[in-house]
Amino acid sequence: MKSLTNRKKVVSDKPMTFTEKLYLWAIAKGMMTTFKHMLRKRKTIKYPEEIRVFAPVYRGMHVLKRDEEGRENCTACGLCAVACPAEAITMVANERNKGEEHLYREEKYAETYEINMLRCIFCGLCEEACPKEAVFLTDRIVPTEFERNDFIYGKDKLVEPLDQRIDITKRQHTGKRTKI
Amino acid sequence: MDTGLLIEKSILVVLLFLISLGIAAYSTYFERKLAAWIQDRVGPDRAGPFGILQPIADGTKMFLKEDFIPKNADKWLFIIGPGIAMFTALITSAIIPWGTDLELFGRKIPLQVTDFNIGILYLFAVLSISVYGIMIGGWASNNKYSLYGAIRASSQMISYELAMGISAITIILMSGSLSLSEIVEKQHGMNWNIFYQPVCFLVFFICSLAETNRAPFDLPECENELIGGYHTEYSSMKLGLYLFAEYIAMFISSAVMAILFFGGYNFPGMDAFSGNTLAILSVLAFFTKTFIMIFVFMWIRWTIPRFRFDQLMHLGWKALIPIALINMLVTAIVIAFKEGWFN
Repeated sequence: MKSLTNRKKVVSDKPMTFTEKLYLWAIAKGMMTTFKHMLRKRKTIKYPEEIRVFAPVYRGMHVLKRDEEGRENCTACGLCAVACPAEAITMVANERNKGEEHLYREEKYAETYEINMLRCIFCGLCEEACPKEAVFLTDRIVPTEFERNDFIYGKDKLVEPLDQRIDITKRQHTGKRTKI
Repeated sequence: MDTGLLIEKSILVVLLFLISLGIAAYSTYFERKLAAWIQDRVGPDRAGPFGILQPIADGTKMFLKEDFIPKNADKWLFIIGPGIAMFTALITSAIIPWGTDLELFGRKIPLQVTDFNIGILYLFAVLSISVYGIMIGGWASNNKYSLYGAIRASSQMISYELAMGISAITIILMSGSLSLSEIVEKQHGMNWNIFYQPVCFLVFFICSLAETNRAPFDLPECENELIGGYHTEYSSMKLGLYLFAEYIAMFISSAVMAILFFGGYNFPGMDAFSGNTLAILSVLAFFTKTFIMIFVFMWIRWTIPRFRFDQLMHLGWKALIPIALINMLVTAIVIAFKEGWFN
């Protein structure tokens, strides 16, 4: 059969000639190969000093967005948890009381909202499922921990702080809708 | 006895000791760097700029490790083993002529600790003793892997010493002297032995690889079969001494090859200089040659896979010794012809 790459070599077991038995030519060839590698440019990225440029569509740690007035978007509908193929998301819903209108946008909100970062496969189906534009994946990296339980992120880590809003526009065209 | 001579020799000895240790330490660093480059990696670069302090970190680590002696090991031999390895590796540097004479304080100081008239014999004697360091260490560990490593080391070193000795005899025939300084002087300028004896050099080089237990002849310490070979049971600085001894041996055998085949401290156009300038330049030339040889040692290690033990013995006894013998005989006949013995 014709090879597609033109690199096919037919193996033969004919006895080696005298020059082949000396191995010197083969060794010299091998040494030239390693020498070429020595002069090559390294592709290593030295991490703490140099940070690799992420693709604009990179899917990293999640964020629970607030709207412009600083109210949480999430209504604990549970669609993200249903969409999640890794079963990483759980939540407990609660009803908004009077006087909490500045905290939650609609009358139902998530009392707890947990994502297990060890289960999560960062597929992004939760943000696709979300009808309220509440959960998004960002370009942030989930940091390492020593304990498994520390990877279960609650609302304290997921909801964006009021004073440092998290920019998701790098990979999202949405998240700017004002009215729902 | 002349006090000046005593002082000058002691300074030279201490200096050589420090240089040998320094070069051995930085050979480990350079070896790791070179391995990394050949494998498209970066290598150690965290300790200091470009990882230059890595050998110091490694040495400190060695000292801080627990010094463990196995329960059933022969305690005294276990301690003596690495000592012998290190000692024999260090004492060979005594006969190596590092450069032309230096003139300081009105004294003529030869850059050689002692000019033996049987320098090469001394070298081979010390090389033979160095087997004992490995042998004793492997035996005293009371571990079968160590013993295997030791047996392999001794059989390999003994078989390769023959071919090495015969190729050294060829060089002795060429220069007509056993003294290393005279052998070097005979190769004045660009009159190096390598141009007359390339086959001899090849045999000697392969044997040097085997003598220093470097890849592709590192069977005594192959990691994947023998878990380190003769130093399996060693820890802390005793292990460090073994590893260091290997690198010093590599440095010394590179130096010996530079002397026997690459003209030692001679360099082309050396007649244009004289006095201390010549001395410094000659030392530089010598170290350049030595470092190139060390580089080739390492380059080969990261290129060629390890031999099987029977292949090693085949190469030693069936290939190298006959080649070395024939080469020696041809050289002897040519020299006898030139001297007019057949007239």
